[in-house]
Amino acid sequence: MIKTDILIIGAGPVGLFTVFEAGLLKLRCHLIDALPYAGGQCAEIYPKKPIYDIPAYPEILAGDLIQNLERQIAPFEPTYTLGERAETIDKLADGNFMVTTNKGTEHSAAAVIIAGGLGSFEPRKPPIAGISDYEDRGVTYMIKDPQTYRNKRVVISGGGDSALDWTIFLANVASEVILVHRKNEFRGALDSVEKVSELAKNGKIKLITEAEVTEIHGDGKVESVVVNHSKEGNIEVPCDYFIPLFGLLPKLGPIANWGLEIEKNAIKVNNALDYSTNIPGIFAVGDVNTYPGKLKLILCGFHEATIAVQFAYNIVNPGKKYLMKYTTVNGITGFNGETKKSEKAVVKSI
Amino acid sequence: MSDIKIKIKDRFGVNHLLDAPTDMAMNIMELCKAYDLPVEGTCGGMAMCASCQCYVHSNHELSERGEAEEDMLDQAFFVKENSRLGCQLYLSIEMDGLELELAPES
Repeated sequence: MIKTDILIIGAGPVGLFTVFEAGLLKLRCHLIDALPYAGGQCAEIYPKKPIYDIPAYPEILAGDLIQNLERQIAPFEPTYTLGERAETIDKLADGNFMVTTNKGTEHSAAAVIIAGGLGSFEPRKPPIAGISDYEDRGVTYMIKDPQTYRNKRVVISGGGDSALDWTIFLANVASEVILVHRKNEFRGALDSVEKVSELAKNGKIKLITEAEVTEIHGDGKVESVVVNHSKEGNIEVPCDYFIPLFGLLPKLGPIANWGLEIEKNAIKVNNALDYSTNIPGIFAVGDVNTYPGKLKLILCGFHEATIAVQFAYNIVNPGKKYLMKYTTVNGITGFNGETKKSEKAVVKSI
Repeated sequence: MSDIKIKIKDRFGVNHLLDAPTDMAMNIMELCKAYDLPVEGTCGGMAMCASCQCYVHSNHELSERGEAEEDMLDQAFFVKENSRLGCQLYLSIEMDGLELELAPES
């Protein structure tokens, strides 16, 4: 089990900055994130977009902001569990929390700070009646092991890059690949579009455009799907697998089932004091929380994280006195003992 | 006075007549959120989530769909010919009287 002082759920900008503020209080942090790298939305969605409202940065690319934060927190040696989603939380006999990921990795800490942003990115599921009954019974939203589809009949729906790429890949694996797309044109990479159209021309795959999968049939597992074609009406297509690929959507995910008070798809916190949730020892900061007047801004998340760790300190070190210090006065001392400090020469007497 | 009127039908079929300022660089998604209509605007207005998808029912001439909007609508559900992303429709005087309907959540 991974043990730390503060467990941070979410390695976006606010989660990363939490490490810095905790480090000033000599608290060690471990971060969990469903993405395989740190940075959250800044890294996943808009790394090349400039942000204009980070104080003292007239303009900074989201990706650069993350790199800077990683440099800033490096002295505090954060550790990570990446590519795994925080799934469950339990209270242990010693009073600590245990957070377990979807891959079974266990973590324990006295305090948990949720900096989950918009949540974890999950596949967008098409609105087909009963589709959840067929999940893992022929319906899958993510291809993990392509060999699963060897010599099977596969229907893929979607028109983006992942639908095109998997159609191309599975053309040589599955016994039959049918790609269903709502429009007559594809918006994926030109190279992939050309490959798919060539495969269709050579009879390696079948393309059904201007159509949507509207029904799934089968006794306990997928046996066929109904494709509604704009001109030909309903066509029943026998298949073993149906793979809808419509991109990812952020969802609060399993955190919603942790017993936390949720409002407007966000975690309610006490903004008058410490950004604590209704469960003592669990805090929520950044876009994932809500309170009257909440603004979903990175700069607000930085503030919230700074306050929250002062209170998390009391949970990790009950009864131990501490007073917030200025980095201009004391510099920062990393966990490796190295200190960064301002030159005395620049300090004027008052 | 730079306000215009925008009519929005919510997902229960209830019509809302909203006063909308044209001088604050607001878009339809933001307008809905400002009036507490149930529009998530998950991505913050980057045409990356389609939670602000709406159907245009009046004959107003609107800005053309951009690349990002086309890409998103290609992946969204319940898309119709008159679908637009609210976050890509910036309020302007020409939009006075615009009639929209919120698309189902997906």
